Amino acid sequence: MTALVSIRDVDKGYVRGKQRVEVLTGVNLEVQSGEFLAIMGPSGSGKTTLLNLIGGLDKCDKGEVIVAGERLHEFSSGKLARWRARHVGFVFQFYNLLPVLSAERNVEVPLLLTKLSGRQRKQNVRAALELVGLGDRARHKPGELSGGQQQRVGIARALVSDPTLLICDEPTGDLDRESSESVLELLELLNRDHGKTIIMVTHDPRAAEHASRLLHVDKGVISAEPLGTAA
Amino acid sequence: MIALTQIVAVTAMNLRNIPQRLGSSCVVVVGIAGVVGVLVSVLGISTSLTDTLLATGRVDRAIVLRDGADTEVSSALSVDAALTIVDAPGIARTAEGYVAATINMVTGVNLERIDGTLASMTLRGTGAAVFDVRPEIEIVAGRMFERGVRELIVGASALEEFAGVNIGDIVSLRGSDWTVVGVFTSGDALESGMLTDVETLLSAYQGAPRNSVTVMLESEDSFDEFRDALTTNPALTVDVLRETEYYSRQASFINDVIGVVTNFVAGIMAVGALFAALNTMYQAVSSRSVEIATLRAIGFGQGGIVVSVLCEALLLAVVGAFVGAAVAWALFNGTTINMGSVNASIVFRLEVSPGLVAQGVVWACAVGLLGALLPAIRAARLPVATALRAV
Repeated sequence: MTALVSIRDVDKGYVRGKQRVEVLTGVNLEVQSGEFLAIMGPSGSGKTTLLNLIGGLDKCDKGEVIVAGERLHEFSSGKLARWRARHVGFVFQFYNLLPVLSAERNVEVPLLLTKLSGRQRKQNVRAALELVGLGDRARHKPGELSGGQQQRVGIARALVSDPTLLICDEPTGDLDRESSESVLELLELLNRDHGKTIIMVTHDPRAAEHASRLLHVDKGVISAEPLGTAA
Repeated sequence: MIALTQIVAVTAMNLRNIPQRLGSSCVVVVGIAGVVGVLVSVLGISTSLTDTLLATGRVDRAIVLRDGADTEVSSALSVDAALTIVDAPGIARTAEGYVAATINMVTGVNLERIDGTLASMTLRGTGAAVFDVRPEIEIVAGRMFERGVRELIVGASALEEFAGVNIGDIVSLRGSDWTVVGVFTSGDALESGMLTDVETLLSAYQGAPRNSVTVMLESEDSFDEFRDALTTNPALTVDVLRETEYYSRQASFINDVIGVVTNFVAGIMAVGALFAALNTMYQAVSSRSVEIATLRAIGFGQGGIVVSVLCEALLLAVVGAFVGAAVAWALFNGTTINMGSVNASIVFRLEVSPGLVAQGVVWACAVGLLGALLPAIRAARLPVATALRAV
C-alpha cells in the first residue's frame, strides 16, 4: 500500500541572526491514507516545521517530501500554492478566520480557488457548516462566535473543498477543555466516518488520545510512542 | 477566471478592512487630494488663459510689430512706419472708405482691485476704425469715448476685477484725469483692459512709441499679400502675424512657464503623497500579515495578493483625486483671475474642466500604484509559515 505522506531523510534548518539552527535532521515518516496522526513534543522540537513541510507551506533543505504522489520538494512556490488548494485543509491554533467576513464567507474562501459556480459553492458551504454543527451561525462574524465555534468554522473551511489531508496545528491550543473535547470529537468523526486523513500537532496529551497513532518529536528526531502513554 | 475571482475576493476583503485603518487611509486620500487639487488648479489657470488668448485671435486679422518683438508692449514703431503699414495692400475698407486699421499704443496702469490690492490693467490706445477692425466689440453701457478727449471705456471683465472704473469714475493717468464713459464686451482678452483714443493717449504719454498696428484683412487669403508688401519694403523692419498666430505664441510661452511651475509644485507634493501611500500600504500589509499568510496557505497565489494591494491603493488614489478635484472646483471654478505684469494684464475665468480632472486622476493613479508597489511585493513574498505563527 502506498503511503499518503512519505518523508525520507529530510533535513530542515533556519538561519537565525548569524547562526544556522538545524530543526529536523534525517527525518523519516510515513502516514497512510485514513490515519489520524498526532505529533507531540516540546516547544522548538520541530513538530510545526514537520507539519509545514507536509502541508507544502515550507520546503526541506535535503531529502524528499512526497504527499499524495507529488514530490513537494521539487515544486515552485506557485505550484505549491495550487497543490495546497487542491489537497490540504489547514486548521490553525488561533483559527485565522478573516474577521470582516461572516462564517459562511470564511468557509467559502477556499472554494473561490475552484471552478464551482456560486450556487454550488453555497451548497458546499452549507453542508460543511451543518457538518460542524454551525448551520444556524452562518451569518455571524468571527467576533460574534465563541472560541470553540470559531474553531469549528475553521474546520468547516478546512474541509469544504474536500481535501486529501487535514493539517491541524494545535487546534485546541486556544480552547477550554469542553470546547477542546467538542472539536476533537469532530475531528475524530471526520476521520472515522468521512475517511479524512488528519495530522495534528498538539501539546495536549488528552487531545493526542483521540488520534489513531502518536509520534514524539524531540530535537528534530521522531520516535513512535504507544497511545495512552503521552504525558 | 479563477485568478480574477481570487483578485476580486482578496480586494473585497482588503476594502472591507479599510474602516479598521481609517486614519492611515485618510492620510493617503488627503495627500493625493492635495496633489490633484493643486495640479488641477494650476493647470486650470494655464488652460483657461490659453483658451482666452486663443479666443482673441482671428485669422483674417493681422498684427504688425517691430521685427524681433515678442509682444506689443516690447514693440515700437515710428510714425512713418505706422503710416506706411496702414497703406499696404490687402487691408479691408470701412463703410466710409477708410482703411480698417488701428495704430495702437499699449501700456499698463496700476489700479486698485476690488479686494484692495494693486494690479496692472492694460490700457490700449486705438484708432477711429476700432469697430471695423474689431467688430466683436460692443458697448453694453454708457457710450464710446470721443476722439481728442480724455475718455476711457472699460472692458466688462476689468470692471468686475477693478475698483474705481465704473462709468463716471475718474482715472488718474500721468497726472491728468480721464473719465470712464462706457463699458464694452468683446468676449476675449481685450475685455481685461480699457480702451481710449490713441492720439490722446500718445499726447499724455509724451515720448511713448506706437506699439503695433492691427488691420482687418480683405479676406483670410489676403494675408500673404499684406505680409509680403511689408516684409519686402526696405524701409520697414517688421514682423507680420495673423492675430491667431500672435496669441498662440503668447499662449505657448505662458503654458511653458506655467507647465514648469505646475510640474515642480505638483511633483514635490506627489513625492509627499507617494510616501504617505507607501507608509499606509506597508501598514495595511503589516496589519494583515496573518490574513495574507492564511490566504496563501489556503492556496491563493502571489499575483492575486499583489493585484489586490494595488487595487486598494488605486481606489484610495481615485477617491483622493475626486476629492481634490471637487475642492479645486468648489474653490476656483469660475474665479476671475488677473495675470499681469507692469505693462499689461489679462483677466480670465478659471475653469476646472472634466479634462483636467481626468489628468488629475491619472496622476493620482500613478502615485497610488507607485506607492503600493513595494508593499504589494512584500505582501506577496511574506514567508507563509513564519507569518502564520505571528498571531
